[in-house]
Amino acid sequence: MWHSATVRTSLGFVALALVCLLMADFQISAHDPWAELGRLFLGVTRPSFSAMDYLGEAVVRTLAFAFVGVGLGAAAGLMLALVFRHRAVRTTCAFIRAIHELFWALIFLQFFGLHPLTGVLAIAIPYAGIFAKVYAEILDESDPQPSTVVPHGTGVVSALAYTRFSQAWPHLASYTAYRLECGLRSSTVLGFVGMPTLGFYLESSFAQGQYATVGALLLLFYALIATLKLWARPRLLPLYLLAAPFLLGDGLPIRWQSVSRFFTEDIVPEPLRQGEGVAGLVPWLGDILANDALPGLWNTLLLTQIALVATGLLALMLYPLVSQHFTGRHAAGRVRGALGHGVLVILRSTPEYLLAFILLQLWGPSMLPAVVALAIHNGGIIGHLVGQRSNQITLRPDAPRGIERYAFELTPRLYGPFLALLFYRWEIIMRETAILGILGIATLGFHVDSAIQEIRFDRAMILILITALLNIGVDVLARRLRNRLRLRHTASCEP
Amino acid sequence: MPQRLSFVLPVALPLLLAAPLVAADPFVFTAIPDEDETRLQQRFQKVADYLADELEVEVRFVPVKSYAAAVTAFRNDQVQLAWFGGLSGVQARERVPGSRALAQGVEDAEFRTYFIAHESTGLDEDTGLVDAMRDMTFTFGSKGSTSGRLMPEHYLRQAFGEAPEAVFSRVGFSGNHSRTASLVASGAYQLGALNYTVWENELEAGNIDLDGVEVVWKTPTYPDYQWTIRGGIDERFGEGFADRVQQALLDMDDPDLLESFPRSGFIPVDNDDYEVIRQVGQQLDILD
Repeated sequence: MWHSATVRTSLGFVALALVCLLMADFQISAHDPWAELGRLFLGVTRPSFSAMDYLGEAVVRTLAFAFVGVGLGAAAGLMLALVFRHRAVRTTCAFIRAIHELFWALIFLQFFGLHPLTGVLAIAIPYAGIFAKVYAEILDESDPQPSTVVPHGTGVVSALAYTRFSQAWPHLASYTAYRLECGLRSSTVLGFVGMPTLGFYLESSFAQGQYATVGALLLLFYALIATLKLWARPRLLPLYLLAAPFLLGDGLPIRWQSVSRFFTEDIVPEPLRQGEGVAGLVPWLGDILANDALPGLWNTLLLTQIALVATGLLALMLYPLVSQHFTGRHAAGRVRGALGHGVLVILRSTPEYLLAFILLQLWGPSMLPAVVALAIHNGGIIGHLVGQRSNQITLRPDAPRGIERYAFELTPRLYGPFLALLFYRWEIIMRETAILGILGIATLGFHVDSAIQEIRFDRAMILILITALLNIGVDVLARRLRNRLRLRHTASCEP
Repeated sequence: MPQRLSFVLPVALPLLLAAPLVAADPFVFTAIPDEDETRLQQRFQKVADYLADELEVEVRFVPVKSYAAAVTAFRNDQVQLAWFGGLSGVQARERVPGSRALAQGVEDAEFRTYFIAHESTGLDEDTGLVDAMRDMTFTFGSKGSTSGRLMPEHYLRQAFGEAPEAVFSRVGFSGNHSRTASLVASGAYQLGALNYTVWENELEAGNIDLDGVEVVWKTPTYPDYQWTIRGGIDERFGEGFADRVQQALLDMDDPDLLESFPRSGFIPVDNDDYEVIRQVGQQLDILD
């Protein structure tokens, strides 16, 4: 067993995380968290829907942004997937998906302002990059044989439609449906920066300690995600997509001179703007590197590696909650399965930001709340996907039960897909470390946010660029590892 | 689904873009989200109605999520008037030529930051910024806040001769003043700095237990919040419009309106009154 490359790689990651643990700060320093946590718990268990005249509107906006954003992303992604063999396209896609939707939103906020376009593009652009990659992989995996027998003179589009697309359709559809759930989460999170979605009110009431409202908003959001399969029927989708653009709201009118100012002034490095020329550029860049980029990079890497391993462990513990091999298939099993589904919806849909705040109250500021918040959120997602994968496995009727079934039957068979998912998630965990400034952990994302709050877009752009390069690097490394370990990436693996 | 989309989008997207562009321009204002954001809309809708009556134009309030977003909306001419903090006001006026500070709250001429400490630190009321604070944990409010970030950092550097990151074992940014109060009250952070009006409001509302948390230092006074209007506004809304807005703000005496800020009234102010904020911002390298 120790000779297996998969095992060695896994142990390597665990060892690296342990080394990072030694260097990270995990001190527990809170004193009396219970007053605030008690109020939070009371509020969340007694949600109040009364004070929310804006509720209906927020739900509609959340859905509208998700549908338009994911729809545009999918359409653009599909077109890009067809030309994905070109290096330029692949690089562009890797770059646009390496930037978190919150950062896209913060960039567009600078020139489109509070216009719906800001939120729509913030979802559509990174999603297009992701869709392009995954659609291309799905299409590549379809059998090339049918395309050799199409009659001479068949158009490119019909040939594609009747050969590749028809085969790949179920995979394309199921992946797109999964991204719709991600889109709902993204749409909600965009509320944190000012889009009129559920996140807008969630952040406000949370900031003010109005926990009964927080509870109500969270319940509503969980319900939206948990019932996605019931209301997002394939037949209804065209209707939703047609209606969504009209339900985004007005926002404020765009001033187009802001757009040109952004590109010709705001993001031009300060020394160039001041006419100091290239000579001034070197110390300016050096200052950003030494004070922001390198310390940020270090914290980001430390946090990411620990959170990655914690996510993996949690996912392996959680997947039986939604696996029919453990919950059972009969009536009682379905109830257990539904409960497990509910638990994972809560874990993966609660914004990490909220989790981090709650854990900060419990343990005080350190990397601990950050690691646990990231692990809960991402472990919930991977646990859900691995659990679904396990339901495709057929066990022998006399297969062992309980812990033996877990340790000897299912986990070994699921370990490959699990690792593939975890490697996909690596880059995402890294992007998510951005939001943890409240914990006093200065990751790269924290410095990006600082630059934006200081309205220094030249600095923000340099830091975003560095963040994107780091993400691309991790993405490449993850792909190499997947290839080396021969982990098949298929449609149900999400990037 | 993706193929159907390609039919939908060419129709829907131009509509999405065009719809908001045809509306007439109202006079739009915003406010930095410094406290009680959930009631911002409610609070400022009353102010919008008041201004609409006084100025006889359509007035709209738009809530934003961060200090930077307020400055950006002002700069991009999506809002023409804003209730800024000291620092955000300076940032905004530097970026929009001709813009001017119109009025500040009576309290804003002499604003303060309170430094607070959890009882476990053993620091007594009014101890000042002392060496015993070294290596404790400390939280600011929002990164762009005058009373939650700029001025406390200034006084910390003055007292300790070093950056806060070097003085304290950990420096966080809670996001807003109320959260700073609750994080220090629970002992999650040992020390914090916040807007004194927020502290006193929370105290009055009974959200703070004085056995657990104490004010250890009050800063000297500095100018803070103010109304700022964009340059060139008179060309759009008529001669003397900025002066009329100023008069309307100064005339605001309905306690119901004033309570939402909360201020006891407004007094005239001009850009030069915030010179001290600009200098501190430059010293701390928050302003260019």
